[in-house]
Amino acid sequence: MLKINNLHASIDDKSILKGLNIEVKAGEVHAIMGPNGAGKSTLANIVAGKEEYDVTEGVIELNGEDISELAPEERAHNGVFLSFQYPVEIPGVSVTNFIKTAINETRKAKGLEDMPAKDMLKMIREKSELLEIDRKFLSRSLNEGFSGGEKKRNEIFQMAMLEPKLAILDETDSGLDIDALRIVANGVNKLKSKDNAVIVITHYQRLLEYIVPDFVHVLHDGKIVKTGDASLALELEAKGYDWIKKEVNS
Amino acid sequence: MSKYTEEDLEQELKTKEYEYGFYTDIESDTFAKGLNEDVVRAISKKKNEPKWMTDWRVEAFRVWEKMEEPDWANVNYPKPDFQELAYYSAPKVKPKLDSLDEVDPDLLETFKKLGISLEEQKRLANVAVDIVIDSVSVATTFKKTLGEKGIIFMPISEAIQEHPELVKKYLGTVVPTSDNFYAALNSAVFSDGSFCYIPKGVRCPMELSTYFRINEGGTGQFERTLVVADKGSYVSYLEGCTAPSRDENQLHAAVVELIALDDSEIKYSTVQNWYPGDAEGKGGVFNFVTKRAICETNAKVSWTQVETGSAVTWKYPSCILKGNNSVGEFYSIAVTNHYQQADTGTKMIHLGKNTKSTIISKGISAGKSQNSYRGLVHVGARAENARNFSQCDSLLMGNACGAHTFPYIEAKNKSAQIEHEATTSKIGEDQLFYCNQRGIDTEKAIALIVNGFSKEVLNKLPMEFAVEAQKLLEISLEGSVG
Ligand SMILES: Nc1ncnc2c1ncn2[C@@H]1O[C@H](COP(=O)(O)OP(=O)(O)OP(=O)(O)O)[C@@H](O)[C@H]1O
Ligand SMILES: [Mg+2]
Repeated sequence: MLKINNLHASIDDKSILKGLNIEVKAGEVHAIMGPNGAGKSTLANIVAGKEEYDVTEGVIELNGEDISELAPEERAHNGVFLSFQYPVEIPGVSVTNFIKTAINETRKAKGLEDMPAKDMLKMIREKSELLEIDRKFLSRSLNEGFSGGEKKRNEIFQMAMLEPKLAILDETDSGLDIDALRIVANGVNKLKSKDNAVIVITHYQRLLEYIVPDFVHVLHDGKIVKTGDASLALELEAKGYDWIKKEVNS
Repeated sequence: MSKYTEEDLEQELKTKEYEYGFYTDIESDTFAKGLNEDVVRAISKKKNEPKWMTDWRVEAFRVWEKMEEPDWANVNYPKPDFQELAYYSAPKVKPKLDSLDEVDPDLLETFKKLGISLEEQKRLANVAVDIVIDSVSVATTFKKTLGEKGIIFMPISEAIQEHPELVKKYLGTVVPTSDNFYAALNSAVFSDGSFCYIPKGVRCPMELSTYFRINEGGTGQFERTLVVADKGSYVSYLEGCTAPSRDENQLHAAVVELIALDDSEIKYSTVQNWYPGDAEGKGGVFNFVTKRAICETNAKVSWTQVETGSAVTWKYPSCILKGNNSVGEFYSIAVTNHYQQADTGTKMIHLGKNTKSTIISKGISAGKSQNSYRGLVHVGARAENARNFSQCDSLLMGNACGAHTFPYIEAKNKSAQIEHEATTSKIGEDQLFYCNQRGIDTEKAIALIVNGFSKEVLNKLPMEFAVEAQKLLEISLEGSVG
């Protein structure tokens, strides 16, 4: 699904990613952990196609195709979804209108007609029930005045609506209360299949109790420095990152 | 002739270039260029006007001659040479519209391109259309239905003939001939426009709609609109316009007067789409409009406007809240792109007790354009408990455009409550990336963000206008982000 080879990226001449490798196959769940400022969000943004970063070296392949020339919306049309660490507000645009536009633009890119309103409504109903979202909430302006947790839940609602191939969840768990965490994780699990893949970026082991990863990676100083199974997350929770940093430096 | 559906219109509005830049080849009867008292008299004669009307025009002309073109607005443009314009133009074929077959086929073609073919309009329930091509009105529909309610809706030139007592009573009472340079000019040479009278206690059952159009190159167009809502009546009036693209600047100086008598309500909605000039700032319409309403006791007037066109716009729909408990509202979206310049806003003049006004202004600037809001809230000494709420929001796209806000407040009564809020925001890279990430390309993302920004005002438009207005916003801003 996703294959990244020797990725180097910088912003304003500041080098952030320094030779990063990762391979994610369909049906897998990967967790990426790592200290603040390590470059996790940068990686997510670059995969999604944010243009302000300079990719100086390396290849990003999606389903065997180099996507470096694709615009962010084209990557989205190819099934890349990013749940933002900090979702932005769009005043005056309701969640419903936004997601409707997103779905129909994606369909248009594929040469399909707009989704009939009836189907759209049905889908909205299903997915909002899955994520236990009050439908009144969907008429509000996108992210405007949403609480931290509401923003994150709304990101996952959009993911559920768009049914991506590759979903990258950037700290979707932070800001969620205990019940919301369970609901959101449950939603993600329901959407998982052998045809799609999920990358969860998180600081906490707690989320990984619900969404069990096949692999856990540690991103430190622009590189994946350690990869293990779910138990690695427990180890990190107990010991922090210092021992890994030492390992790397030795 | 194939049917022109709403989808066709939508489709047409989607395309990039200024779509309505075509020019109909109808033979026109145009006066020689230049303006003097004889020309004013000749216009009046041509229209077979009564003496009081001729005198009124001449008086206005004499006032205008002594006036200077104002230059306080935040706009820059080559001053029109008023002796280089022709002041009268009427289609030579003047069809008596008993049936569509009698209409010049070219004219019908024009209507088609505008998406307002008469067949379609007639089918559009609830919309009566008085189409003004150039200066003389050539079609009026739904007259009968309106007639049954005693509603008068006709070209003002006809009203001068058929209802002189009404026109004489109200014309110039809200915007006197001497009000300002352009109003004086309009009073002297106005070509045609609409007249509307709603009798006492009558609720007008349909939206009254007028489409305007400048047609003859070099001909200034001077529309005159007069709407009178008698006691306890209600009317919603729609004004929309498109213009052919021309290289030379076209002058448009309209006057609109609204008279809302006791307990009446007038909603006046405009979608203004005059040719804005090309991407280099060449050509385009100069739009200098005087719009004003007077509200008697318990009356209410709402101005709603979506301004996307014109090279230069100078326009301040205003309300004189004369009667106690009267209400004035102004909802505006003004979009400027490329080299467009707009200086628009409103004046709310509170004279009566317990008068209330609301101002919601949304300015969107892109390209190298300049967009100014200029608003006056005046509370007179006797206006106890007057209240105003103003909100002026500006949205900027790129770094080369400008947004300016000039609020003026004059409160001569201590009980006045005046609130003013202003915000300026920019469409952020982060917002665009967020939309892109969800599969929405940048152009569509801008349209979405702009629509969201303008929503409070779009919601005030009658349904049939709202869709078109949204499309116009999209078209106006296309190509505004590199
Ligand atoms: N637009 C930018 N301009 C300047 N520096 C940036 C920019 N974006 C990221 N950086 C820097 O790159 C580094 C990596 O940032 P990134 O957001 O990817 O970290 P992260 O691993 O997601 O951290 P966290 O766990 O705190 O979310 C940080 O030092 C950050 O300050
Ligand atoms: Mg981060």
